[in-house]
Amino acid sequence: MRLINRRPGRLTATALGILPFIILLLIYGAASQQRLAENPNDKLLPGLEQMTAAVDRMAFQEDRRSGDYLMWVDTLASLERLGMGVGVAALMALVVGLANGILPLVRANLAPLVSALSMVPPLAILPILFIVFGLGELSKVMLIVIGTAPIMMRDVAQRVSELPGEQLIKIQTLGANSWQVVTRMALPQVLPRLIDAVRLSLGPAWLFLIAAEAIASTEGLGYRIFLVRRYLAMDVILPYVIWITVLAIVIDQCLRLANRRLFPWYNVGGH
Amino acid sequence: MSFISVNKLWKEYGDQVVLENLNLEVEQGEFCTLVGASGCGKSTFLKMLLGQESQSRGELLLEGETFPAEPDRNRGIVFQRYSVFPHLTVRQNVLMGLELEQKPVLGKLFGSARSEALKKVDDMLELVGLGPSANKWPHELSGGMQQRLAIAQSLIMRPRVLLLDEPFGALDPGIRKDMHELLLQLWREIGITIFMVTHDLHEGFYLGTRLLVFDKLRNDPHAPNAFGATITYDLPIGQTDERLLRDIDQSVTNTARYQAA
Repeated sequence: MRLINRRPGRLTATALGILPFIILLLIYGAASQQRLAENPNDKLLPGLEQMTAAVDRMAFQEDRRSGDYLMWVDTLASLERLGMGVGVAALMALVVGLANGILPLVRANLAPLVSALSMVPPLAILPILFIVFGLGELSKVMLIVIGTAPIMMRDVAQRVSELPGEQLIKIQTLGANSWQVVTRMALPQVLPRLIDAVRLSLGPAWLFLIAAEAIASTEGLGYRIFLVRRYLAMDVILPYVIWITVLAIVIDQCLRLANRRLFPWYNVGGH
Repeated sequence: MSFISVNKLWKEYGDQVVLENLNLEVEQGEFCTLVGASGCGKSTFLKMLLGQESQSRGELLLEGETFPAEPDRNRGIVFQRYSVFPHLTVRQNVLMGLELEQKPVLGKLFGSARSEALKKVDDMLELVGLGPSANKWPHELSGGMQQRLAIAQSLIMRPRVLLLDEPFGALDPGIRKDMHELLLQLWREIGITIFMVTHDLHEGFYLGTRLLVFDKLRNDPHAPNAFGATITYDLPIGQTDERLLRDIDQSVTNTARYQAA
């Protein structure tokens, strides 16, 4: 049988999927053990013990200086920035994308600008944001907005223009005015696609968040990682990275589930 | 004055002549079927009736007035595909037009106005045989059922003209026959004026009151686009026989061959 026609069973597929994780863990464990055997104070590859101790210190004990539970404070601060940034970007994407997708006059006017903006590397204008908006929360949120909104705008506009022309004619023969065409035909059909666009934008959004926090912040997941880097505190950095990954996966899956629940027609080939 | 009158109508795209010198008078309540080879302008003519295209020369009048240049609620349309909204259930699809008409800003009905409208919707769904499927999504319906839905969606607006663009082209022959019966029954009950474009000459020959054959009178093999099509046969149905059907079939097939060459 050809290789392309050989499919794993359910159990085999799960096992095959888990295997790389186990291999990675084993390699790390072996390397860590070896280094710790040579030097019990080695910081580069901390063992499980050191990492749980670090998590316990960061998440479940008050910080001696500030009295906060640092990991939760960091998580809350980062999620707040991420949520605000992505939320504002999604809203802008919806408004501009719908207008661009359905109104030829607006498209002629705005589409070139959106295309140009989406080509600007957001990190290159981070200094400008710091200068204009100061070092506070606004500049970090703005970086996420500027980094993710233009691409989502283009995506939404593209999806709107992909709606069949027959539908556009049909709703006009039902007496719809332009506003109704947007609110009753384009908007509801583009919402689940917007959620998909948000899911894809979350990767870049995390990147911009951590970059901004690393440069100017007093709390946040990215801030903490870059702070403890000075002491080579891999026992904190590694759990933080895993925690960020877990958060990203949970957010992504929540959005996927919301999409299924809210738009039952969308995931069954109804579009 | 006729309900719809077409006077010396031409449609050209640059050098390509699609329709030449079209003349037609249609009375209210007629059921016209439009047949012809591909590229003979029957769909273009339907688009002009719809307001999606405008003529190059000539007049297209609805009760003496020029046709509006964009689609409106007086002219319903059913396409071969994609005529229904995938994000609305069957019932919501039919309700849509009533909501749009009564609520220009919100586009949604609530309370007693909504239940009143839903009563009309359910009557319409019964009429087209979709009563039991009222709460399904369009993707759960077969192709024939989707077309029933598209027809119901248009008819609830009581349009003055119903335009059908190869509505049954994608359906199986058996289902197509059911749809013919449904369409004839609706037409008799509502008394609406219908224009239907079809590929299927037989369908055109036995459905409706009037057959309009779009064909080219002149064919130049070296310049297939130089001459446009016009209405070559305008027949009341009932006076038709097999030999005439064969003649028309022959002529349309020849034109199609010229087009392809």
